[in-house]
Amino acid sequence: MVAAAPTRRKAGCTAAYIALLPMALTVIGAYVCTMLWTARVSVSSARIFPTGDFVGLGQYERLFRNARWLLSLENLAIYGAIFVIACLVLGFLLAVFIDQKVVGEGALRTVFLYPYAMSFVATGLVWQWILNPELGIQRVVRQLGFTDFTFDWIVHQDKALYTIVLATVWQASGLVMALLLSGLRGVDEELWKAARIDGIPVWRVYTSIVLPMLWPSLSTAFVLLFVMVVKLFDAVVAMTQGGPGTATEVPAKFIMDYLFGRANIGLASAASIVLLATVLAIVAPLYYARLKAQARGHA
Amino acid sequence: MNQATQAAGGTAAAVLMLAMALASGPSRAATPPPAEPLKATVSHWWTSGGESAAIRQFADAFNAAGGKWIDQAVAGADQSRASTINRIVGGNAPVAAQFNTSRQFRDIVDQGLLNNIDDVAARGNWNAILPQTIIDVIRIDGHYYAAPVDIHMPAWFFYSKKAFAKAGIKEEPKTWEAFLATLDRLKAAGVIPLAFGGQVWQEKIVFDAVFAQVGGPDLYLKVYRDRDLNAIRSPAFRNVLVNFRKLRGYIDPGSPGRNWNDATALVVSNRAGVQIMGDWAKGEFSAAGQVAGREFGCFPGFGPKAPYMVAGDAFVFPKTAKPNVVKAQKLLATVLTAPGPQAAFSARKGSIPIRPDVDTSQLDLCARMGIAIMQDRARQLPNPEMLLEPDLNGALQDVLTNFWNRNQSPEQAQQAFAQAIQDNTW
Repeated sequence: MVAAAPTRRKAGCTAAYIALLPMALTVIGAYVCTMLWTARVSVSSARIFPTGDFVGLGQYERLFRNARWLLSLENLAIYGAIFVIACLVLGFLLAVFIDQKVVGEGALRTVFLYPYAMSFVATGLVWQWILNPELGIQRVVRQLGFTDFTFDWIVHQDKALYTIVLATVWQASGLVMALLLSGLRGVDEELWKAARIDGIPVWRVYTSIVLPMLWPSLSTAFVLLFVMVVKLFDAVVAMTQGGPGTATEVPAKFIMDYLFGRANIGLASAASIVLLATVLAIVAPLYYARLKAQARGHA
Repeated sequence: MNQATQAAGGTAAAVLMLAMALASGPSRAATPPPAEPLKATVSHWWTSGGESAAIRQFADAFNAAGGKWIDQAVAGADQSRASTINRIVGGNAPVAAQFNTSRQFRDIVDQGLLNNIDDVAARGNWNAILPQTIIDVIRIDGHYYAAPVDIHMPAWFFYSKKAFAKAGIKEEPKTWEAFLATLDRLKAAGVIPLAFGGQVWQEKIVFDAVFAQVGGPDLYLKVYRDRDLNAIRSPAFRNVLVNFRKLRGYIDPGSPGRNWNDATALVVSNRAGVQIMGDWAKGEFSAAGQVAGREFGCFPGFGPKAPYMVAGDAFVFPKTAKPNVVKAQKLLATVLTAPGPQAAFSARKGSIPIRPDVDTSQLDLCARMGIAIMQDRARQLPNPEMLLEPDLNGALQDVLTNFWNRNQSPEQAQQAFAQAIQDNTW
């Protein structure tokens, strides 16, 4: 058996590699090469066209003197923290709620997951109207008789960012719910029975036993949410266009602006590389921790 | 079900046969067409109702002159320009492409990727008939690289006559102070004084209007053309910022993020008094059946010597050596700038023609006022895009939107303004 296994595995391997080849080529060609190219452009003085010269870290220096870029990063950090936590908490609660074997589970699951299936260009516009003080909630409530009701976050410098959180949490928490629900369904029924016999309260089972068991689903959800945070663009453009002022500017919008309207691909590339580095700095340790955990699991 | 499928299949087959017959038609024809029309793929971003009606005038004129216009409209100015640049880089450039009459195409010229149209310019005597502000942008190192097609004024003051009457305002303000007093009276009459769209580019337009009117052309050119940091730190520039900020007292809470046409709609419906916006806003008034001088009024600034800001659109001609394409480019440049198409185009676009010898009978009151003002060279003032690279202009938009929306002091804004100019010039 020890002798037979390697040959079989080798044959399987070749087939697997052949099957993987198109995807590997796509990844290398479309992702790695363009990444390298972006890095190359980011150290040139390119404006509207890519140029071959070399200006060192000039674009990066400019980038980090740019107040809007710094603000974009700060906004992204605040947004990201609240968004990820809110989505995870809300998604977990929704999953637990549906896990109680409620009537019409299928319908509810669809309802909660549906926002994720819709384009934010369309729903963002609806959110913009709902939140606009002259058109949406504020106006409706005032017409109901509460004349001093105010809900005008979207036009306020220091609150507009939270309206983006609100709208995107609405969109993404259904996805977290779906991921965690499948995790919950994987929890052994015996465990629940044992807990019931021991007289442990249900909430305690969820927080101390089930939640740690959901770790793989949670980390998947986290990575997905994190990616959504980094590429946040459509929600901002559809809801506030980065305003009022620069209150809801985010890095992806900065990059798009400089890439096209402002015709400075050098600066835009430098910004992209910084964003990539940020992503790697956060995802790499997570990935490493996961690998380690897996290794421990096998040992 | 089966029958339906068969019927559909039959139709498809018939269509296919018809298409084949059509395709093979010309080859079977006894005589080929006399002369191949000069094909020109034209890339532009004029897609709204009024705009596409306007560009059709050019297309018709070009076809009548022996060309074949192939329209390649891309919605959105940024997207359209990006597509043009990608196509130039990719070696599949359009025969002609729209840009604003500005520094947007300067890099393409510097890279040697455009054909010049010097002989068309010489034949059309462009040196003499075009406004100097436009020549300064399209003539680079002595060569003409773009055919201007229209002149837009990006900072008109449009006002609702009804709203003015309601506030008891008898005449258009003649000074900046009188304008602020007018806004006060509108406010007292319960009208939104200033219809404002809180998006960065609209904020910039309003700022530039204040800059030109309050700061005067000299300071304006010192800052935007000469990038004089001392001028930016001067009390005069501070005064411009302070007056810009004063307008914040005259807007409504719903203004952040509002689209320009929604702001125009406030003036159209007499809910707001004044909007500072480009002459394209006239399209919204005429769509509502309103006529300049009757329901709404317009003035480009204060007093008879007020500066008149000039902007516009132009077509550039990507480099090629193919003789037929070069011929098409030259024909196109000639047609676009000819008096006949200019008159027809301007009447539908809301802009004014690039040359004075054009029939203006179809133009509205504001456009005719603009043409009269353009006669006075001293009043022409290039808009910022003509003087600044797109990235610098964008960086200044960021500075101004911060000043407008945050509690920044004018000194902070002056500092940020100077910083942006330093950082974006190299």
